[in-house]
Amino acid sequence: MSALAAIRPDSWNFPLFLHVLGAMILVGGTLTAASTLALARGDKGLLRLGYWSLLAVGLPGWVLMYVGAEWIYSKEGLDDAPIDSAWTAIGFVVAEAGGLLLLASLILGGVGMRRLASGGGTGLLRATMVISLVLLAAYVIAVWAMSAKPD
Amino acid sequence: MVSFDDWILALHVLSAFALVGAIVLFWLLIVAVRRADLPEATIRMEPIARLGNVAVGIGSIGTLVFGIWLAISFDAYQVWDGWIIGAIILWAISIETGRRAGVEYTNAMRKAEELQAAGQTGPSAELGTMNRTSNGLLLHGVSSALVLLILIDMIWKPGA
Repeated sequence: MSALAAIRPDSWNFPLFLHVLGAMILVGGTLTAASTLALARGDKGLLRLGYWSLLAVGLPGWVLMYVGAEWIYSKEGLDDAPIDSAWTAIGFVVAEAGGLLLLASLILGGVGMRRLASGGGTGLLRATMVISLVLLAAYVIAVWAMSAKPD
Repeated sequence: MVSFDDWILALHVLSAFALVGAIVLFWLLIVAVRRADLPEATIRMEPIARLGNVAVGIGSIGTLVFGIWLAISFDAYQVWDGWIIGAIILWAISIETGRRAGVEYTNAMRKAEELQAAGQTGPSAELGTMNRTSNGLLLHGVSSALVLLILIDMIWKPGA
């Protein structure tokens, strides 16, 4: 598989670049959100930074990663083909179920941010932090699968 | 079935994700600290910056070591290939510029700790200026741009 990656057509490079760059931005935004929310200890400034990291960096990263993934998948002519490898299946599950989890964490955190002004919302932001940690673990598995390409 | 080389490739890519993840984390801290002129607001960023430093350490060493390992292991590539030499040079410059950016922001952190230890917990114009260091911003920008060039180099592999 690694040898195949080395001889992929040049026309796949740009979608692959967008996919990897988006995934890296997504991981960076999620890492910042999870660590900032975990270390905030009720500090409103850090809670806001954590939430905005996920919203303003993590979410655009997910969109770029997903668009790049779909683009390269169609370039490979696999749109209508069944998913026949473990690494592709892992990639789709983490991208799509992870996208839903990301959305859920943003909604919970958004409500938490609104309640923050009145002294509440820390529990909801803690839920955002837990989901971010779960997402980070899933991204590690996905990056491993995308690179090692298990059958 | 995952071969040993595939594991090394996965560790190389995971290291790259740790490195870029840390760069993104530092960008967010840089933006956040630009409005901080209170010692406490600066100091509270330290544990997050420390995590970023760990990720940079793992990412920078991992990308280099596993990358060279792959270049030796794969028959298709040699360590002296132009695109690999280029990546190593870009890596070295980006690590050094990133380190210098870190020194700029660490100076601001130390200043905040000094002020707090002296009981000066109010706003400090000097601390605000140090947090908004243009040198630090420029160095982190250069470091980030170089890492982006490495990613482009790794995907397009010019000359390979």
